Amino acid sequence: MATTIEPPTVHTPPPRTRRVMSTLREARPNGHGRPALLFLAPFLVLYVLFVVGPAIYGLVMSFFDTSMVTSGLGTFAGLDNYAEALSSSDFWTALWHTLWFTILTTPPLIALALVFALLAERARRARWFFRLAFFLPYVLPSAVVALIWIWMYTPALGLLSRTMTALGFAEPNWLGDPDLAMVSLAITTVWWTLGFNFVLYLAGLQEIPRDLYEASAIDGAGPWQQIRLITLPLLSRTTSLVVVLQIIASMKVFDQMYIMTQGGPNFATRSVLEYIFDVGFTDFRSGYAAAATTLFFLAVLAVSTVWVVMTRRQEPEL
Amino acid sequence: MATLTYETRALTAAESQRQAASVDRRTRLFNRCCTGVLIAFAILWLVPLAWALDTSLKPNGETTNPTWWIEHPTLASFRTLIAEGDILNWYAASFITSTLVAIGTVFTASLAAYALSRMRFRFRWVIFWFILIGIMIPNQVLVVPRFREMASVNLLNTYWAVILPQVPIAIAVFVFKQFFDGIPKDLDEAARIDGAGFFRTYRQIVLPLARPAVSAVAIFSFVWTWNDLLWPLLALSNPKIMTIPVGLATVQGTYGIRYADTMASAILGALPLVLVFLLFQRRIVEGIAGTGLKG
Repeated sequence: MATTIEPPTVHTPPPRTRRVMSTLREARPNGHGRPALLFLAPFLVLYVLFVVGPAIYGLVMSFFDTSMVTSGLGTFAGLDNYAEALSSSDFWTALWHTLWFTILTTPPLIALALVFALLAERARRARWFFRLAFFLPYVLPSAVVALIWIWMYTPALGLLSRTMTALGFAEPNWLGDPDLAMVSLAITTVWWTLGFNFVLYLAGLQEIPRDLYEASAIDGAGPWQQIRLITLPLLSRTTSLVVVLQIIASMKVFDQMYIMTQGGPNFATRSVLEYIFDVGFTDFRSGYAAAATTLFFLAVLAVSTVWVVMTRRQEPEL
Repeated sequence: MATLTYETRALTAAESQRQAASVDRRTRLFNRCCTGVLIAFAILWLVPLAWALDTSLKPNGETTNPTWWIEHPTLASFRTLIAEGDILNWYAASFITSTLVAIGTVFTASLAAYALSRMRFRFRWVIFWFILIGIMIPNQVLVVPRFREMASVNLLNTYWAVILPQVPIAIAVFVFKQFFDGIPKDLDEAARIDGAGFFRTYRQIVLPLARPAVSAVAIFSFVWTWNDLLWPLLALSNPKIMTIPVGLATVQGTYGIRYADTMASAILGALPLVLVFLLFQRRIVEGIAGTGLKG
């Protein structure tokens, strides 16, 4: 850093050189302490007040018996909250539901998005139509998506229920059957968020040089061989990004469950965030909820670290 | 196709041309099949939305009818909702909070990013990493302490409770910083040598050049705030100032078997975002492809 500085005059004794250099740095128009502070302040103030502050407060709270209905932190509880969460079967069940949801949604969200992007890449016309159809749901609020799909799943009247009976199957109790409810939520989620991955894959495909395909076509490679030997390997970067973003997003699932099943039937679809919501805002146990949150955060952090390491390696900055 | 610059196999010109032509035909056929399959899927994807719209245009009594055909098309459900519900209040709440968040985020994040990109000062690295941490903290883990924080300053059930916490979006700083880093420094250094201050340089040179980043951050923070459920659900319990998702989530079920009304409320909730999507389709898609922004 600061390599543009002129070398100090030779006869200055070495220990002083450093001081001269540092005063020089302050004096030259490139030492920008005060304007930098002014520029950073609006963001940093809000950031400390509403992100870093609450994060630290939450961490502190997780070691106390804090309650929603009383003010103050309450009595010190040490690691009790953590011990309770880790030995609570409800917490582990909620964690498993979140994991189960991730397992159900991630593979179709990646495979379908990839297939659709590959198909769209070959289509010469109607690209705008594909983008509309697949991506429009993604920008809709979860509440709208939930209302539409509750109607689709409505017993006897919903479009999906009817389609199943029309095809001669027994009508599944989409949201009412504890074994099926999570699958139904997964179907809704795939419909809702597929567009995001679709767009990432389309962008990845556009980065593959055209001449690779042309050269391989001259060598007699058919479309299938091109996909297998050129497209898929060159898309691996995009795929790893999509996978990690997808896992993180699935871990944070809350809205669909909250609106469509309220975590039911019989808590069969209660995710970690909904568990935290329940203990924190229905049982009023803020301290315990904060401990559960910290454990959840550690899990997300582990996955995000993978993501940061991946992207950092690709494009060093600053 | 014509630029054959290398020769791996000894093909005569005629042979290779014939082969290329047959591959060409095969590829074209294949591509057409691909388009067909994808159109089928795309239509399938639009069915739920179409069905919701279809239902919302039926009278409530007709919704048990299992056909797409609407016998008595009517806007009655929309009229009822607007007349009796709080939906206009929800629109106002969503619009005010999302707009202010978008403006606040663009303003604060771009200023901070400008300092990180263009100024030399002590602890620059520390601050850079301090903000980087923020990307890793999902909003969802902050709701419990934030709720107590807002309760203690009596801001619950105000727009501020929704707006303030959503403004400092760490990733926005990085989107801006990356973009600013890509703008040649000579441009603003020239301006600075001509006597322009940092703020003028930022305002008149760097920010106008960063229009794609500005619109990406503005659109995304707008859509995120508009669609957020968990935090506003906790912060707002007064139906008069609820945002659209919170309002819809709360009334969900209260319409009972008035399916047309329910779908009309879903359509009304979707409408503004459909508009945003149609207007800014390209920017949204570019934003995602360029940065991997995800809510």
